[in-house]
Amino acid sequence: MFANLMAWFDERLPITDAWNKHVGQYPAPKNFNFWYFFGSLAMLVLVNQIVTGIWLTMNYEPSGDGAFASIEYIMRDVDYGWLLRYMHSTGASAFFIVVYLHMYRGLMYGSYQKPRELLWIFGMLIYLVLMAEAFMGYLLPWGNMSFWGAQVIISLFGAIPVIGDDLTTWIRGDYVISGATLNRFFALHVIALPLVLVVLVFLHILALHEVGSNNPEGTSIKKKKGSVPEEEKSKFKFHKAYTDKYDIVDAIPFHPYYSVKDIMGVVGFLILFCWVMFFAPEGGGYFLEAPNFTPANGLKTPEHIVPVWYFGPFYTILRVIPDKLLGMVGMFAAIGMLFALPWFDRGTVKSFKFRSKWHLVNLVQFTICFIVLGILGTMPASDLANLIGRIATLGYFGFFISLWFYSKNEQTKPVPERVSK
Amino acid sequence: MKKIIIALLTLLPTLALAAGGGGALDKANNDITDKESLRNGAATYMNNCLGCHQLQYQRYNRTFADLDIDEKEGMATLMFTGEKVGDHITNTMPAKEAAAFFGAAPPDLTLVTRFRSSDWLYTYLRSFYADSARPFGVNNAVFKDVGMPHVFQQLQGVQELTAEAKAMLQSDNVRPLTSADLVLTQPGELTPAEYDVVVRDLVNFLEYTGEPSKVERHRLGYWVLGFLVILFILSYLLKKEYWRDVH
Repeated sequence: MFANLMAWFDERLPITDAWNKHVGQYPAPKNFNFWYFFGSLAMLVLVNQIVTGIWLTMNYEPSGDGAFASIEYIMRDVDYGWLLRYMHSTGASAFFIVVYLHMYRGLMYGSYQKPRELLWIFGMLIYLVLMAEAFMGYLLPWGNMSFWGAQVIISLFGAIPVIGDDLTTWIRGDYVISGATLNRFFALHVIALPLVLVVLVFLHILALHEVGSNNPEGTSIKKKKGSVPEEEKSKFKFHKAYTDKYDIVDAIPFHPYYSVKDIMGVVGFLILFCWVMFFAPEGGGYFLEAPNFTPANGLKTPEHIVPVWYFGPFYTILRVIPDKLLGMVGMFAAIGMLFALPWFDRGTVKSFKFRSKWHLVNLVQFTICFIVLGILGTMPASDLANLIGRIATLGYFGFFISLWFYSKNEQTKPVPERVSK
Repeated sequence: MKKIIIALLTLLPTLALAAGGGGALDKANNDITDKESLRNGAATYMNNCLGCHQLQYQRYNRTFADLDIDEKEGMATLMFTGEKVGDHITNTMPAKEAAAFFGAAPPDLTLVTRFRSSDWLYTYLRSFYADSARPFGVNNAVFKDVGMPHVFQQLQGVQELTAEAKAMLQSDNVRPLTSADLVLTQPGELTPAEYDVVVRDLVNFLEYTGEPSKVERHRLGYWVLGFLVILFILSYLLKKEYWRDVH
């Protein structure tokens, strides 16, 4: 009965074939480590944000007069509204934690290198849209930090010569942040950007499956057709889309091997997530900032206006550059550098494990600089903070520039032909 | 590298604290599961604070239910101006005139402990001191030049700055005041220990109004985490079983 039903569908839509190609018979390297959990976790958080977001909109009121009170209505009068709200607010920060770790994995193992440039670009677009999505979502509670954070960030566009002032007015829909701004941000946050996100995630995965997953050693599991003796080929059955073109070695089907492993990762993640959500939903004042528990007030600025932690690194770069316009250029350039990473790196060895000492040093200094920039971004400015911030900014950009120079003729170690484990 | 990251992460809260700027706060040590304390705090609030400070996001009936107060009794003892039991806890003070009376309209206090913290509120309510330069004759150690009069002066008595604190304020080395800079010069109706309890109960009630579902959140949290830990063990075993034929 069920087989007949599936056959009926398969004649009309390639369900079984798509499942096999992308899940049941998709060849994944067998040596994925801890860092490979974050892709599936990012999908989980995306689903969480969409589902809890739908339920939140059922009681949220996108207006200057009603927004703040409607959040408190959700927290008090809606059954388990507090849970939905905390799932969504904790999810926002979790999304960035997961995405940053996911990107860092790509950085360490060279997953952006040829042939995965487009895959990396799609990922960067997801990150960019995610930042816009988070920025607009942050205005919706209409707390005082929502208001002033948006005020500061939108006013940055005023630094653009000639069109700056008109542009900020166009973005806000008003001369100040107002109900008009709130309404358009709401529309973009709940409809436009999530749609774009979902499409980009789909393309990201499609592009991944076209070129295949990288792995911690950066060796390819796809060998030239006919070059591998029969007994060394992977003993599992893979989809013909892969085996027609290549001999597959050291691979296992994504399902059930990585699906059961990812379930374990999901549960481990949920333990941390729920621990924060149930026992520290403010995240120490970083996930929900204290000034946001007072309504937006255009006459009363919070003591320190700082963006949410996940914008910290870029906000610091903006702040430590003395000129407003140059600061904005620097901030966007910092993101632009990441987009262009596949072309800054002229090397052919992917994983840092087989690259030069210089590369390791560069990677470590970049990591430290990025974290320092992030910490500084959540703190008020001071002379010392500006000095440290400038050094870290140099380190950030220095990573890409120096990579371009040394990667051309880098002293690398021999990369094993096969996945060693 | 991991060590560096951990070291930086541990530094983070310290840096944030250092940026706070205010003086040290006393610990409120309140307990939101203590319903007796919450009921006392609610009574103190309705009798002394509500005239000026609304709790506009909190409802009477929700409060009564959460604090185990019988609805009829609650309506008789805690509601004074003929509201319905499902109404929000508001007052009729016009914001404009209130701003004229006090320099700023008395803020809504539903979320005050989430904005300021319970420890801050506990310290604040115990840190008024006599200052003839202020319109109501009092200033506050943790909220300089606050517009609010010392409503509990009759209970607490009058505090003044210590001689050292006065000298410190005149010196070049001015630091933020704390409650330790104050000394009780004129006892009130309550002993300091009794007054602390009144304030602690009030703070406790306001921590409750800040998030009425907090107790429920903690209770549910233990069950969820317990379930997830068991699920994690099972999912680990499942993974191990499947992966036997990979290695």
